[in-house]
Amino acid sequence: MRGDLLADPVEGLDEALAAVDAFDGALVAGLLRPGAAQAAAVAGLAEAVAGTPLAARVAEAAERAAAGAAGEDHFVALAAARSALLGSVHDALAQRIDEAVGRPAPGVESSPVVAGEKSAPTAAGPEHGANLLAAARSWLCDLARSGWRGIDHELVSGAAPVVSAMLPDPGLRRRATLLDGFAAELAASCPGATLERVPVRRWADLWSRGLLLTVPGSAGERSDGSVTGRLLPLGVDVQEHATAVQAQVHAVFEPADGGAPRLVRAGVSAPKPDTVVGAGLWQLLRPRMSLLGAVSEGRSMELDAMPVTAEGDLVWDDERARAGEPADPFATARVRLSAATAAPVAPLDRHPVRIAVPVLLEGYAAHSEEGGLAFDLAGRPLAVDTDRIPAAGPLTPEAVAASHACVGLLRWDAGEFLLQPLAVETTVRKKTVAVHAGAWAGGTTDKAGVRAEKAATDAVAVLRERAGRLLRK
Amino acid sequence: MGVGALSVWEQSSTARVMAPARPRKLAKVPFVELADGRLQGVVSSGSDIGRVYVSSVAARSYAFACSTNNNRPCGGARGMFCKHIQALVAEAVLQYGAERVARGLAVDPPDGEPDAQSLTAAMTATRPVKDDSSAAAQVFSRFLRHLAYLELAPVTSPLPEMQWFPPTRAVA
Ligand SMILES: [Zn+2]
Repeated sequence: MRGDLLADPVEGLDEALAAVDAFDGALVAGLLRPGAAQAAAVAGLAEAVAGTPLAARVAEAAERAAAGAAGEDHFVALAAARSALLGSVHDALAQRIDEAVGRPAPGVESSPVVAGEKSAPTAAGPEHGANLLAAARSWLCDLARSGWRGIDHELVSGAAPVVSAMLPDPGLRRRATLLDGFAAELAASCPGATLERVPVRRWADLWSRGLLLTVPGSAGERSDGSVTGRLLPLGVDVQEHATAVQAQVHAVFEPADGGAPRLVRAGVSAPKPDTVVGAGLWQLLRPRMSLLGAVSEGRSMELDAMPVTAEGDLVWDDERARAGEPADPFATARVRLSAATAAPVAPLDRHPVRIAVPVLLEGYAAHSEEGGLAFDLAGRPLAVDTDRIPAAGPLTPEAVAASHACVGLLRWDAGEFLLQPLAVETTVRKKTVAVHAGAWAGGTTDKAGVRAEKAATDAVAVLRERAGRLLRK
Repeated sequence: MGVGALSVWEQSSTARVMAPARPRKLAKVPFVELADGRLQGVVSSGSDIGRVYVSSVAARSYAFACSTNNNRPCGGARGMFCKHIQALVAEAVLQYGAERVARGLAVDPPDGEPDAQSLTAAMTATRPVKDDSSAAAQVFSRFLRHLAYLELAPVTSPLPEMQWFPPTRAVA
């Protein structure tokens, strides 16, 4: 990998992010009674998308917002403009990564669709839960008016009934999970007036994504048929907030018909009580996806007509998968990864946070400084995000620091590229030993792992007992 | 608007705002939360497995309440924190860390590292009164909502928005 390309500036990035930052700053104080600086910020956002199909709608929305008179459609237009800007940032960063890793370009030519513009794959048919989407939109617009500095318990708790009504419906799970995680953060930060600091970009991200997802048809996955062949796991990425968890297995897929290998993901997610943590997360997810067991055993899986989305996400069904031959993720990374093509990213998902490109790094020198770890790639440091390593697994920041080979996800956040380790190779008594972040996904015989599993089993057992006794009264 | 002046944390899409709950045994206090300006939760009865106590302490005033899920007042919570409220504070400290509990309740514990004991002592020293505007029904329904999360089935369709929620190894 060419570390120098990751360290070089990306043209146009600062300008796009400056417009985003200014708008995000306006959301800190809220748009109920915008001052001159806020009016300038929303006008700047409109200016930044002046050359796109969004121009007219965003210009009108900016004008109304500057006068403190924005309606719901205006807020949606502003969120769309912000997403379009971050979409362009995403594209520039993704292109830079392709150059740095020398990966073949995305399988299908991605069209320059502006996020927020109707890409119309699922426009037909009234979407169910329309009243819930409307309620979510109204809550999000109230947030924009009050601003992060103006949030209080009463305002934030408005999300709870919407989330509760959405969660049981799998078709609304995406929205519910986002709103739930966002609302919990806001609740923990109330009252906004006394907050020491505000996660400015993050909350504007969550707000605008939430708002765009209230547009009917926005959250539908575009199906791309099904795939048959061999799945070779690379590693597991875990994401969690207080009341949800998702595990995504990144893998190389080899079609049975001899076509080119593809980069795919297989995810499983579940809502959870906030007291289910650590190994408890694996316990919730494990029964729904046999792939987690295969990952722990270091096996490939044979897929037979497994549904896949246009973005390269397998929609896992245990009936369509069976355990295959042993497969070492490092062997997969060394032999197959460089030839595997990635699927194009859906228009709405074009955001820097979505960047997670599997890479293999070898021959680096690891440096620890000021608590942060970096891999030196031919003289250029690449920061290593060890904070993302899940606690319920054998991989530790120490093992990463002592490693000489790493399979990870290349990401970008807050102005820099980062490496998220999924697995490392270290040398123990002259032998190479691999340690995987997701090794406990399917279960473990590791002593610490067994203890964590037991504690998690007990916690869930108590909650289930309480639920059985109290919930249906 | 302070353009260009944002810190790395402020510019981060994945800035960690809340530390995850720390694992703890749930048998005694299955539910605890800092919400609505209170520390509140549900404490299992030691004698009757079908009964739970709904307990709360308000921030700043430390006004307290404790009653059963059938709305019978707790005999121990007449003039002072009952054992349920003491258990609630202790388990909240395990789950969130003493500092977050102190912040949530607006308690200024005397010098040194706050712990469950010092927080409870600091609050009782102000001679808090009983909270008559009991939020027991509301707290209990939040507990039931919390339990209902276990009943929701996992899905395998992708949740791209979870990219905003990476794990953290930092603890509360
Ligand atoms: Zn009591």
